Amino acid sequence: MSETIDIAALGGVKEGEKKRPRSKDRRLEIACQSVEDRLKNYDEVALGYSPAEAVAEAMRCLECPKPRCVVACPVHIDIPTFIGHVSRGHFVGAAEDIRKYNNLPAVCGRVCPQENLCEAACIINDTNPKNPIAIGRLERFSADWQFGHSERRADSVAKAPATGYKVAVIGSGPAGLSCSADLAKMGHTVHLFEALHKAGGVLMYGIPEFRLPKAIVQKEVEYVQALGVQLECNAVVGRTMPVQEVLDEFDALFVASGAGYPNMMGIPGENLNGVYSANEFLTRVNLMKAWKSDVGTPIRKPRRVVVVGAGFTAFDVVRISLRLGAEEARIVYRRSREEMPGRGEEIEHALEEGAIFTLLTNPVRYIGDDNGFVKAVEVQKMELGEPDSSGRRRPVPVRDSNYIIECDTVVVSIGQTPNVLIPSNLPGLATRWGSVIKVNRETYMSTVPKVFAGGDAITGAATVILATRAGREAARSIDGYVRDPNRGWYPPAV
Amino acid sequence: MYRITGKKVLATGVVEMTIEAPRVAKAHKPGQFLMVMNREDSERVPLTIADSNPETGEVTIVFLEVGRSTIELGEEFQVGEDLFAVLGPLGTPTHLDKVGTVVVIGGGLGVAPIYPICKGLRATGNRVVTIIGYRRKDLMFWDDKLRSASDELIVTTDDGSFGMKGFVSDALKKLHDEGRPMDRVVAIGPPVMMRAVAELTRPWEVPTTVSLNTIMIDGTGMCGGCRVGIGDETKFVCVDGPDFDGHKVHWDEMFARMKVYQKEEREAIASSPSCRLYFETLKR
Ligand SMILES: Cc1cc2nc3c(=O)[nH]c(=O)nc-3n(C[C@H](O)[C@H](O)[C@H](O)COP(=O)(O)OP(=O)(O)OC[C@H]3O[C@@H](n4cnc5c(N)ncnc54)[C@H](O)[C@@H]3O)c2cc1C
Ligand SMILES: Cc1cc2nc3c(=O)[nH]c(=O)nc-3n(C[C@H](O)[C@H](O)[C@H](O)COP(=O)(O)OP(=O)(O)OC[C@H]3O[C@@H](n4cnc5c(N)ncnc54)[C@H](O)[C@@H]3O)c2cc1C
Ligand code: SF4
Ligand code: SF4
Ligand code: FES
Repeated sequence: MSETIDIAALGGVKEGEKKRPRSKDRRLEIACQSVEDRLKNYDEVALGYSPAEAVAEAMRCLECPKPRCVVACPVHIDIPTFIGHVSRGHFVGAAEDIRKYNNLPAVCGRVCPQENLCEAACIINDTNPKNPIAIGRLERFSADWQFGHSERRADSVAKAPATGYKVAVIGSGPAGLSCSADLAKMGHTVHLFEALHKAGGVLMYGIPEFRLPKAIVQKEVEYVQALGVQLECNAVVGRTMPVQEVLDEFDALFVASGAGYPNMMGIPGENLNGVYSANEFLTRVNLMKAWKSDVGTPIRKPRRVVVVGAGFTAFDVVRISLRLGAEEARIVYRRSREEMPGRGEEIEHALEEGAIFTLLTNPVRYIGDDNGFVKAVEVQKMELGEPDSSGRRRPVPVRDSNYIIECDTVVVSIGQTPNVLIPSNLPGLATRWGSVIKVNRETYMSTVPKVFAGGDAITGAATVILATRAGREAARSIDGYVRDPNRGWYPPAV
Repeated sequence: MYRITGKKVLATGVVEMTIEAPRVAKAHKPGQFLMVMNREDSERVPLTIADSNPETGEVTIVFLEVGRSTIELGEEFQVGEDLFAVLGPLGTPTHLDKVGTVVVIGGGLGVAPIYPICKGLRATGNRVVTIIGYRRKDLMFWDDKLRSASDELIVTTDDGSFGMKGFVSDALKKLHDEGRPMDRVVAIGPPVMMRAVAELTRPWEVPTTVSLNTIMIDGTGMCGGCRVGIGDETKFVCVDGPDFDGHKVHWDEMFARMKVYQKEEREAIASSPSCRLYFETLKR
């Protein structure tokens, strides 16, 4: 399948030549589907760089000897090296280099909040403001190229000889996938349990197709399986089999069960029909594909939608609503634009697609019709007061400012917390706030011997790259633990 | 993976099916359910585990063909074929503590789920009086199984074509009027029936467990689609239930929530050839 790349024609660096970076150029935009088109389909909005665009963007990178971008990337991808490969036409080499640090490049290249991470730190911001190297897009390009142009990747990976140790991983989101892949490469036997019928965690049921094609997630899952990881779907640990049974059968256990329990606000009318948790809405649409007309799972076509919250999830919901044909899709958020935690590109895309922002406003109750369906939401205006523990200014209600917004659908997107199933079935497992698993932050070991945990399960809802990193670091620690003849690991200080 | 090993039509539209699902069969406790996906694009349908055999690794479900997914399952899938997914056992098992005499009530399709509960309650030393009710004699099934699992069995039919004429709640009232011991009531069946039972036992102050069958998506506590008001709390039926204190359930809310997708479900039926065929056969 490999293709010869004519690097001279692409404007890159030829063999034996020196790179002359064009850092003064503007950062190359990524081609996107037009707003009109994308509202009529679920296909990916950002179309990706062509080889010529990727090379041109890579040519802007200074390949700094002391790269700030690498420090800012949570997994410390060797960014100058991989971008160097791209500018020399070694696209597969670039992807392989990234994979040394990050098990999910095609995913992270698409969904990382880069503007707060690697790209925020890029030195080019100093001289050419707002034009950092498009590191995420190049990462995505390299990973996509590898998928399309090199086969049998899993076989070519150096795998250590079999150790005979058996590790169970619970949950197949980014943390579980990443940990499983690394443990398999280290020569351990890995069994990956997933409660749902498809592996991938939030990547499958949460993030919509138009931001992260499910085929890409499944390719990563297949890659992990090709490394020898045994994936078992439809297995809820704690129900389908007792946690203790898994513990007895394996040398170590990694809990990567995520943060899947939807938070609600506890205000009147929340159980009316038409009021959803973001998870219900997203699961129906993404995992159960309710957006297709020929599948079994129904979704009520929303006409006027109120989405409460402004994180990743809220923007996904608002954009799905617009694709389902909503006439009005509104974000109601109690703080202002500056405090919005969502990913920059998605906020922009949502605005382009017609989302309405009603800021400094908070719902106080939902009003139903005679059949128990929501017909309106009563909201209250807010103003920003003193900064709170997160450093953001705390919203405080404005007196006598309540008013009514009519709607037929409300989606509550105010965050998720971890599920209690594992903690409540594993005596001795210490948690914070009842469900967030406590671990030693160096070893990822919990308060139960041989049980490790990582990802959203130990932090609460966070990001894909942090979950991926936790999986990788935990794998290293689990490797040390199972090989230790005494396994007399310290009961962790947490 | 999840092979259908047995299939029997018990009455019009009522199908008993055994499926190979070794892990589910091994872990199953009375009161728990599973989720079935016929095919990769199908809904996840919650169905109570009506029986299980850990030795053969089989579970039994009994279902009524009411809509797209259950009609497809009953009409299109044959013994020897595989289902795309079976997930379980889910939900919190029914409490089986010894309390004395327990009256277990199964209405219509509810007759199947009470079978493991009756067995379990007896195993812990309770006296089990079972009331099962059907609309008509020709819709009866599993009465023999329930007889063997109970100390006493009462059968009702709405039209009197078998056993006592009337509803299961009439039989319950009769037991109470006769002054029979009754330390706890367990009722499973159509929501209207469960509500009727709960309203009867409320003044008698007999603890009453009902099994709610709300709409579900994942069944693992992730979506909140199954939530109902219980007392002053909101609970997720798939993890906190399906068993709840019948005296605390907000029935009106529960009834309203079950109607959310009626329109969409009718459309789903219209778009499925096997469903159209099924309903045409029914009309004939
Ligand atoms: C809608 C949405 C959009 C997001 N967008 C972004 C984004 O753009 N960028 C970004 O960086 N982050 C984003 N996030 C956050 C990110 O997806 C999560 O932080 C990340 O997925 C956490 O990974 P994880 O592996 O810890 O858990 P998850 O991805 O939650 O995976 C956990 C898995 O464990 C399974 N599981 C749970 N309990 C059990 C059990 N008992 N037995 C077996 N399996 C079990 C679950 O079914 C699930 O598949 C988004 C989140 C949501 C909800
Ligand atoms: C915990 C639990 C256990 C259950 N156990 C059984 C069982 O053992 N046997 C059995 O036959 N059914 C059982 N049900 C009900 C069963 O899940 C529904 O009948 C099924 O989901 C309908 O799917 P469908 O696609 O065929 O019909 P749909 O097209 O989804 O619905 C058709 C009709 O059924 C109604 N309906 C939809 N969902 C439910 C529901 N959950 N309960 C009642 N009516 C519903 C709809 O309002 C509609 O009128 C159980 C439900 C739950 C939650
Ligand atoms: S993983 Fe995320 S932070 Fe790291 S380089 Fe890639 S896009 Fe940037
Ligand atoms: S800081 Fe910017 S220019 Fe320097 S190596 Fe990183 S991406 Fe390239
Ligand atoms: S069915 Fe999703 S939380 Fe219960």
